[in-house]
Amino acid sequence: MAVNAGLAHLSDTAFTTAIAVYGLALVSYCGEYAFGRSGRVARTSAEQAPVAELVAVGAVSGGTAPPGAGVRSVRAGSRDAVVAEQSAARLAGRFGWSAAVLTTLGVILHAGSVAIRGVAVDRVPWGNMYEFSSAVGLVAVLAFLVVILRQPRVRYLGMFVMLPVILLMFLAGTVLYTKAAPLVPALRSYWLAIHVTAAIIATGIFMVSFVATVLYLIRHRYDSMVAVGITPGRFPITLGRRLPEAGVLDRIAYRTIAFGFPVWTFGIAAGAMWAEAAWGRYWGWDPKETWSFISWVVYASYLHARATAGWKGVKAARISLFGFSSMIFNFFVVNIMVSGLHSYAGLS
Amino acid sequence: MPVTGPGRAPAADPAGGALSTQPVERPPRPGRGPLTAARNGWRLLTSMRTALVLLFLLALAAVPGSLLPQSGLNPAKVAAYRRSHPALAPILERLGFFEVFASPWFAAIYLLLFISLIGCIVPRVRLHGRALRRPPPAAPRHLDRLRHSERFHTALPAGEVVDQARAVLRGWRVAHREEASGAVTLSAERGYLRETGNIVFHVALSVLLAGVAIGKLWGYQGSVLVEEGRGFCNTVQSFDQFSAGPIIRGAGLTPFCVDLATFRATYDPDGTPSDFAATIRYTPADGTPRDDVLQVNHPLRLQGVRVYLISHGFSPRFTITTAAGQTFRGISAPFLPQDGNLTSEGAVKLPDARPDQLAIDGLFAPTAVDSGDGVISSGSPQPFNPAVAIFLYRGQLGLDTGRAQSVYSLDQGQIAAGALKKVGAKNLHPGEALVLADGTSVRFDGYLQWASMQVSRDPGQSVVLVAFGFLLVGLTLSLSIRRRRVWLRVSEAPGADGGGAGRSVVEVGGLARSEAGGFTREFGQLVERLRQSRKD
Repeated sequence: MAVNAGLAHLSDTAFTTAIAVYGLALVSYCGEYAFGRSGRVARTSAEQAPVAELVAVGAVSGGTAPPGAGVRSVRAGSRDAVVAEQSAARLAGRFGWSAAVLTTLGVILHAGSVAIRGVAVDRVPWGNMYEFSSAVGLVAVLAFLVVILRQPRVRYLGMFVMLPVILLMFLAGTVLYTKAAPLVPALRSYWLAIHVTAAIIATGIFMVSFVATVLYLIRHRYDSMVAVGITPGRFPITLGRRLPEAGVLDRIAYRTIAFGFPVWTFGIAAGAMWAEAAWGRYWGWDPKETWSFISWVVYASYLHARATAGWKGVKAARISLFGFSSMIFNFFVVNIMVSGLHSYAGLS
Repeated sequence: MPVTGPGRAPAADPAGGALSTQPVERPPRPGRGPLTAARNGWRLLTSMRTALVLLFLLALAAVPGSLLPQSGLNPAKVAAYRRSHPALAPILERLGFFEVFASPWFAAIYLLLFISLIGCIVPRVRLHGRALRRPPPAAPRHLDRLRHSERFHTALPAGEVVDQARAVLRGWRVAHREEASGAVTLSAERGYLRETGNIVFHVALSVLLAGVAIGKLWGYQGSVLVEEGRGFCNTVQSFDQFSAGPIIRGAGLTPFCVDLATFRATYDPDGTPSDFAATIRYTPADGTPRDDVLQVNHPLRLQGVRVYLISHGFSPRFTITTAAGQTFRGISAPFLPQDGNLTSEGAVKLPDARPDQLAIDGLFAPTAVDSGDGVISSGSPQPFNPAVAIFLYRGQLGLDTGRAQSVYSLDQGQIAAGALKKVGAKNLHPGEALVLADGTSVRFDGYLQWASMQVSRDPGQSVVLVAFGFLLVGLTLSLSIRRRRVWLRVSEAPGADGGGAGRSVVEVGGLARSEAGGFTREFGQLVERLRQSRKD
């Protein structure tokens, strides 16, 4: 299995370009966020208008409505505010569109990078940490695109998804980068395609869920402060003002986990079946196995907590943060620091 | 009072209650006595809250098992940890931290969880069975108070509206009721598979755990190192290491024998190993030998027993002549790899040499690289330039002292005591020999390869696999299906009597668990179809 160096290089170029395009998408999402109906720029321009309070009503209570939707509620006589609001909304809409287009373009480049790497090394392109991270980032962006296709109103949250994705890809391209190379015999199995694919999909989806959970907690904190008459003044609670309703975020977090959890379960079981063929036992408490089990148990706790009186909402959300932390720990710390049978990081 | 029903349902309304069969958690009963205590204890153990705490504990308890060396996985690392942490290690040892997954506290957590699980499933199976037999509950009085509700007029008479509604509600479980006011109600419910899936998941999980336990009790595992041309049989005595569940007795192992013909490691041009293959001939109980090739990811499966290729290495071969003129040909010993390039160490012992016993302490390198000072190591796992560095010892091996000795090294005690003396040292390529003044010679003839194999039997494995299949199906159902109810109340519109055209008022209400997305759309579509049906 010789490596096609030309294709490997092309894959690397596509990867770097995808990061750049994601970066542009991030900027556009920020623009949509800032100029959106509930964004700071929109609010500031509205507040300068004489009838600020009328506009502000919609600005505080909304957040899930598409930018510009609240304009109709403004009474006549506030023409300046309407004009300011409308132009901001138009701008936000344009930013949002370009963000979505850039994200899609980035996804195409990113998927191209992964696919070309696969062709270059003639195997599924997730045999080391670089390839795994790249694929996880791809799944996370795809999962987010699915979310905004179903709920276009939360599109402007793209900045919160792109940020960790870009960070992950940056780490992948620098610290974790591994040259295109064939795999050791233990990894030359069709189980690689099954087990690792499931792990990648679940991880990417959990990543989106993690973002939604963090935003949910911020929004919840913001709401509870506002409810008792405190004006949140500190970052990141101030973000809450412009986030969708807590319920919307909570549902996104739940539904992504409800999708990712069976995939993760399947991934663990597929790993067990592979281990049965490769290592002589289906389960042996190898550190990686142990941590995947820990993540599984924590996400199972999350699902149970949602059905337990007194644990719904914030407490359950915190559990899911633990879940994702254990996933991160499993990927970075266990792969790099703890030796075990799963030592395929490709780092030396 | 329903604890887990959807929040928006009016509390006074029984229909809004249990969309789940999750049992209502009652507060502990006041009172004394062993029975009350037992009942309260059971309730506490089987409550969701306790299950949640136990799940947490399980996750937490697994952490040290992954971060501290475990004697079940790597005893050498545990020993190293003991040496580097002389104060801490004994405490950890006593608390079972080097055997977390076999420790009593870990077992206590999962056993409690197991009991809690069963205590939770049993009543839910009963409740779900009842829900499956009973018709959906009667319509609440005020459908407009439900989260999803709609009201419209239609020109059709009530009876026809109901008939068409039943057609629209195909696939739903529907109950038809008439109220005292003369209004007709339809109660429809679907998504029972959610709870079925939930129960299937939990039952499958307990069966899976039982399968794990079966494997632990009746399973065994042995490993053995075999040189090319040699073999072993599946008996406790032939294994270098053997561990078995408490119910297994050594005599009852599946009878078969395995001979290793050849071992081959193949490499890509860049030096990456591409394949390890052990060509074997095995003889099952029927006595007919068969050939097979063991590879990584490809074990031999034989009557519930699996034979794995685990690792490989080299056995240098020597011809040794003693001062007394004895010649030992084809003497070989497996050397253990010390690094990824298979720089290997080992020992050859000749207890039959006279007048003194002979021994070789050696280092084998498949691709010898001399660092300049005569010390060799291997530059590649492939045998491009095999060489061996030997120290020849003469004296007493100490095999008769009763102390156990490793076959891979000489007894350092004998050397320290002066009973075993170093008499020569040389780096040899194939065909070269170390010759002493008294005529003793050691010729390096080449090498054999060895493979270490593992024999495993786990009778619970198929149980685990099947249980997992059910588990995944149950889990997917319980997370993807939503339980929802729809009610219709069809009544004559007031004042419609005079017109004779039978106008009806239709009220529709819907209820789903709050986390189930998409019901708003489904409800809207249902109402739309109900409205349209008047045009037919």
